[in-house]
Amino acid sequence: MDDRVILRVGAKILIPFILIFALYVQFHGDYGPGGGFQAGVIFAAAFVLYALIYGLGNVVRVLPPKAAYVCGALGVSIFVGVGFVTMALGGGFLDYGVLAHDPAHGQHYGILGVELGVLITVFGVMVALFYAFAGRRRIEP
Amino acid sequence: MSGMLGMVNYWAVIVLMMVGFYTLIARGNLVKKLIGLNIFQTAVIMMYVSFGKITGATAPILIQSGDHGGGGAEHVVYSNPIPHVLMLTAIVVGVATLSVGLSLVVRINEAYGTVDEDEINRKDNGL
Amino acid sequence: MTGVVTAVLFAMLAITGIAVTRMRDLFAAVMLAGIYSLVSAGLFVVMDAVDVAFTEAAVGAGISTVLMLGALALVGHKEAEPKRRPVLPLFVVVLTGGILVYGTSQIPPFGAPDNPAHLHVAPYYLEESDHDMGHIPNVVTSVLASYRGYDTMGETAVIFTAMVGVLLLLARGPLPRRVFHQGEWITVRPGTTREELEATLHEGDTEEAHDG
Repeated sequence: MDDRVILRVGAKILIPFILIFALYVQFHGDYGPGGGFQAGVIFAAAFVLYALIYGLGNVVRVLPPKAAYVCGALGVSIFVGVGFVTMALGGGFLDYGVLAHDPAHGQHYGILGVELGVLITVFGVMVALFYAFAGRRRIEP
Repeated sequence: MSGMLGMVNYWAVIVLMMVGFYTLIARGNLVKKLIGLNIFQTAVIMMYVSFGKITGATAPILIQSGDHGGGGAEHVVYSNPIPHVLMLTAIVVGVATLSVGLSLVVRINEAYGTVDEDEINRKDNGL
Repeated sequence: MTGVVTAVLFAMLAITGIAVTRMRDLFAAVMLAGIYSLVSAGLFVVMDAVDVAFTEAAVGAGISTVLMLGALALVGHKEAEPKRRPVLPLFVVVLTGGILVYGTSQIPPFGAPDNPAHLHVAPYYLEESDHDMGHIPNVVTSVLASYRGYDTMGETAVIFTAMVGVLLLLARGPLPRRVFHQGEWITVRPGTTREELEATLHEGDTEEAHDG
């Protein structure tokens, strides 16, 4: 592992751009291809790359498994929470029009919140799945 | 696009579907079965996306009237976005179910020491 | 022109798929499955489904390949030689394919703008999205998050549930009271971890592991 300099340096250069690209995909999803699902997977891919190059022990210090599990649950809560907020404001469940004075603006805020929830869930779940498989030792029969 | 030619696309998708189906039922290795299931799933998604395609149309991202030097935005035909929405989520759910399947395979391997279907059946019946 | 591209991509997909089926080394099969996903993403772009293509390239070619490799590291990557000739599976597959091809004679032709699928809800989304949503040109996003938000909420819950399932199966922690290990049920004391159980099993048949 020590002499794989190209992989280590290459990963170090790539990872920030992968994270930025994930955020671009997330927030540009309204205007072009992209959205919460893709952005969550790309965000998780950065952590998977880090784990593949630097080892699982190092990535767990950056993002503990518990944090990934919490992300998985938090995203669903945000999604459902947006629905309850619209209900509290007098609309139907997930009826974003009531979030702002102008219904079109309300739709904008609602879609933003919902996509954020999807991003966080997908990111947390993908990282947790990777940890679950990579963290297990092989048992020789 | 009429008659036979309009169907070739569907037939190609069915061929891919059957390749996945064959891998699923003919091979004994459980990981191989999951790969076959994945191929099958991609083919089904392709079938749905084919239903949404309109010849000569463009991707369902609205062209604003100012984008292309004005004019023409009203005459653009877009493909059907509904299959895209449904299949987009289906892909992500597919990887989630795949991971559940793989974790079951890992546990089977730990319990039986093999992931081959015939071996597992033999160990079950031979006990 | 589009027809040629589609035909080439379909041919590549068929070749990759058959190679996956025939490949005995699972490591190579998993990598080929990744290539299959990437090529199918190209096909989705040709069919105007850019969002689906993006997802397939990120998920199918990226994450599922990594997960399968992680599983292969745990179960080994050699597939046993098939013991019998696959006559029955081949028959079933050809029969099913034949029935499906027969079924296509009833569905409307590929790409026709007056197919029933394009007449009902989709035009509403395409025409009213700009008015309902303000400036969101990507109709797929507005349908996904707003018009069909319930669907997406369900899908998010499904992947969360999948995570819970995988963690129940694979995560470390105290074992349940009865464990199926190498073909027999073993009763363990509450609070035993995997490592402790393995240590006792490797010591031999001690009383602790078999006290049930």
